Amino acid sequence: MAVEKLFKDEATEEKGERARMASFIGAMAIADLVKTTLGPKGMDKILQSTGRGRSVTVTNDGATILKSLHIDNPAAKVLVDISKVQDDEVGDGTTSVVVLAGELLREAEKLVNAKIHPMTIISGYRVAAECARNALLEKVVDNKQDAEKFKSDLMKIAMTTLSSKILSQDKEHFAKLAVDAVMRLKGSTNLEAIQIIKKPGGSLKDSFLDEGFILDKKIGIGQPKRIENAKILVANTAMDTDKVKIYGARVRVDSMSKVAEIEGAEKEKMREKVQKIIAHGINCFVNRQLIYNFPEELFADAGVLAIEHADFDGIERLALVTGGEIASTFDNPESVKLGQCKLIEEIMIGEDKLIHFSGCEMGQACTIVLRGASSHVLDEAERSLHDALCVLSQTVNDSRVLFGGGWPEMVMAKAVDELARKTPGKKSHAIEAFSRALLAIPTIIADNAGLDSAELVSQLRAEHHEEGSAAGIDVISGSVGDMAELGISEAFKVKQAVLLSATEAAEMILRVDEIITCAPRRREDRM
Amino acid sequence: MALAFDEFGRPFIIIKEQESKTRLRGLDAQKTNIAAGKAVARILRTSLGPKGMDKMLQSPDGDITITNDGATILEQMDVDNQIAKLMVELSRSQDYEIGDGTTGVVVMAGALLEQAERLLERGIHPIRIAEGYEMASRIAYEHLEHIAQKFEFDATNTEPLIQTCMTTLSSKIVNRCKRSLAEIAVKAVLAVADLERRDVNLDLIKVEGKVGGKLEDTELIYGIIVDKDMSHPQMPKEIQDAKIAILTCPFEPPKPKTKHKVDIDTVEKFRTLRQQEQKYFDDMVQKCKDVGATLVICQWGFDDEANHLLMHRNLPAVRWVGGVELELIAIATGGRIVPRFQELTPEKLGRAGLVREKAFGTTKDRMIYIEHCANSRAVTIFIRGGNKMMIEETKRSIHDALCVARNLIRNNSIVYGGGSAEISCSIAVEAAADKYPGVEQYAIRAFADAMDSVPMALAENSGLQPIETLSAVKSQQIKENNPWCGIDCNDVGTNDMREQNVFETLIGKQQQMLLATQVVKMILKIDDVISPSDY
Repeated sequence: MAVEKLFKDEATEEKGERARMASFIGAMAIADLVKTTLGPKGMDKILQSTGRGRSVTVTNDGATILKSLHIDNPAAKVLVDISKVQDDEVGDGTTSVVVLAGELLREAEKLVNAKIHPMTIISGYRVAAECARNALLEKVVDNKQDAEKFKSDLMKIAMTTLSSKILSQDKEHFAKLAVDAVMRLKGSTNLEAIQIIKKPGGSLKDSFLDEGFILDKKIGIGQPKRIENAKILVANTAMDTDKVKIYGARVRVDSMSKVAEIEGAEKEKMREKVQKIIAHGINCFVNRQLIYNFPEELFADAGVLAIEHADFDGIERLALVTGGEIASTFDNPESVKLGQCKLIEEIMIGEDKLIHFSGCEMGQACTIVLRGASSHVLDEAERSLHDALCVLSQTVNDSRVLFGGGWPEMVMAKAVDELARKTPGKKSHAIEAFSRALLAIPTIIADNAGLDSAELVSQLRAEHHEEGSAAGIDVISGSVGDMAELGISEAFKVKQAVLLSATEAAEMILRVDEIITCAPRRREDRM
Repeated sequence: MALAFDEFGRPFIIIKEQESKTRLRGLDAQKTNIAAGKAVARILRTSLGPKGMDKMLQSPDGDITITNDGATILEQMDVDNQIAKLMVELSRSQDYEIGDGTTGVVVMAGALLEQAERLLERGIHPIRIAEGYEMASRIAYEHLEHIAQKFEFDATNTEPLIQTCMTTLSSKIVNRCKRSLAEIAVKAVLAVADLERRDVNLDLIKVEGKVGGKLEDTELIYGIIVDKDMSHPQMPKEIQDAKIAILTCPFEPPKPKTKHKVDIDTVEKFRTLRQQEQKYFDDMVQKCKDVGATLVICQWGFDDEANHLLMHRNLPAVRWVGGVELELIAIATGGRIVPRFQELTPEKLGRAGLVREKAFGTTKDRMIYIEHCANSRAVTIFIRGGNKMMIEETKRSIHDALCVARNLIRNNSIVYGGGSAEISCSIAVEAAADKYPGVEQYAIRAFADAMDSVPMALAENSGLQPIETLSAVKSQQIKENNPWCGIDCNDVGTNDMREQNVFETLIGKQQQMLLATQVVKMILKIDDVISPSDY
């Protein structure tokens, strides 16, 4: 007798071959989707949101593309997840990781069809990944000791990262911006200290790095527009009306005159607060919250520059830059640390007025002002720059560097191939497949650039037969070139993360032999 | 619809709204139930053993879980069938009681049901089958005790414990670094174990995960990790020799439970109220400072003013710490959880050698490490991994390993794995069957056959010829009188599980048999299923 019904309505179950096929197809579809964005000649995608306004994003960034997709296939979700993690962890290589995982699965599918058990494939992949990692470790260059060389390494990495993005035309300019910004951080990976302001107008070339700090706010009316040797109090306090925090308090009066009295007392309270703030001996006051007109007027009277509504990050950054502390109470002026800077002035970028703090005590933070033709360009430029900054800041910590342009893949593929020849048993097929999957990356880079990939990759392979070759794909000239001469470098950390997470994801999907999808949660019908 | 009709074809109305209910009776009911139970077992069968496959589960909200853990699979499967739900319960109770072997127990129950079906077809009464199973399970239970071995370990010699944990972990996706994870699990359990009372409080072990990095970076921290950051960005990120005040009261003016109203009708009152309010904040911070605290951990939030006051007085603070974490911190640091500022005294402060904030990756993920605690009884296992699903699965695997280690500390008897215990039981039960007069004898034999299904599934999943392998191992066991022969899943080349170091805990195995038998008995006794039909 057949089982009546095991699962709830609409829940589906897929088993064995079918389940495996569903996950292979889903994962490969995702990989193929982002495949064309890989490499310096990769193309962009337009994403249209389903929300109100149908806003459009144009991007080349794998993580951004995948994040915006609505995916139903469970295996595809795994890939989206690894791309997201790659973005969070190292910032770049979000496309590569998905493409590599997709290629690994594509190879695995062939093996499964050739009746090799998934577990055997997994163990082969594991050995291969370990071997590939060791191969990279042997070839890394570490220039940490030599500051000059290290800086040029960073420059190269930034240029390589940016070359696949919209900024590739001005990559030198932006690479310099990014390197300068990261060097200022002095080894911390706290990218929040680098502020990116986007202002439409001008061209991408007009973007610049500002040593000081720029706050996208206006100066209050009637207050000084320029302050030298400013003493800044950074605060997070209510400057509208202070609510009474004692629970259950309420105002109860029986006549109009009483109301006026209370109101007077309230005003008095605010005035006192302002007085206290001014008593700190400051000439600039920056508040995270709103400043009402009344206190603003008081500040103006005292000749203090009051800036309201700086967002939270802005406040934190400002505190970091000027070396002050974020204050919320003002009773002991002597012990509050004030921020300092040489000059505060209002500057114009395009048509907007911004407040510029320069000559700050601590030079850690800085601002990058991006200019560009449209907001889409700016958004994409910001994402690209963010990628570059992430990679650079990670490289500052882990200064091991590799060549780019498909070079690491070739090195790994060679090592893995050799291992395959030495390994007895069915595993060797899987190891061989791993090397083929690695080779797919230079192939895709070449394909995307419209080059003859088969020719190029085989040439590359021949070049790499020699020990210590630095050959990679030179997309610009469309031939095999020396990566050391061309100055194409990548961070070891990124490559390692790509390799390990892609293998892990492929392994995870391979292990699945059954997919059970629960019934989607019912939305209440609001009709 | 199983309705009764009289000779004129009119249905008898027995149950209220009989037409709208589906009803199954007698043998049909049993057979449907058995089929449902078997279906559940079939799903899990492929997950058994070191070469078992994983299942991918998509929740109603579209979240993906990839797992190998029987209890998790069943829990997320969203089953509708009543009998299937029983099986889910079965796996869950194994999880609660033992923590490991959740797949095995379901596979065993499925096999028992399958055997029962054949007996039913031969006309044996279900109750007789159930009784036969009961007797057989008792024989198996005793036999397990007989073949079990005590094994000795102590705080210095943890190797046997690690080996056992490795057996558990080898069936999970983490088997790539099972050695290091097993070591971590054993160290964690030993750190919190009370070896004299043979008791382990697993609540003291916190398992925390964070995506990023790789599995090899997973570490054991003798202290607590809290997924929070300092309340004020400018507070110090590292505190040596911290004295921690653990508070469950908010940094806010008190809120009496009774309803009250403070009426303000004059300016004076307004002023005093304000002063009072400021004083509250000041007093609270002062109290913390007075008792000598250098770090405040608070279950509640505090507003900007209090935050700044704390910052100002150089008193770092962490806010919104969950209740469980708070308790763990209290245990680890030897502090007391203080519900009122008035009750704060220096003795109630917790102590930790080092408290630091650590940032991860490129986003602003920060965590607070509390290390070198006064009382190192609370530990944290901090898992890193490539993606969210990996972390979740690792968490489950670590949990299993922790449970196994705990069970061993409670009872240091082990049986050998790889299906050897099941095969040995099968032989013992088979031999004992002949001594029982009556129909039960058949049920006992059926039980013995059902026992074979676990090693059979193991062999099948490992790509071996199931029947061939099983009969070979079985004959070897009888011939050599060696209950340690099992299925060689990893292709090591030996059948002797002692050499392969594959152990399982005795209580785990015993529990599996008892629970499986119980559920099967329950299912067999059902002869009528009445369910409201769909609308």
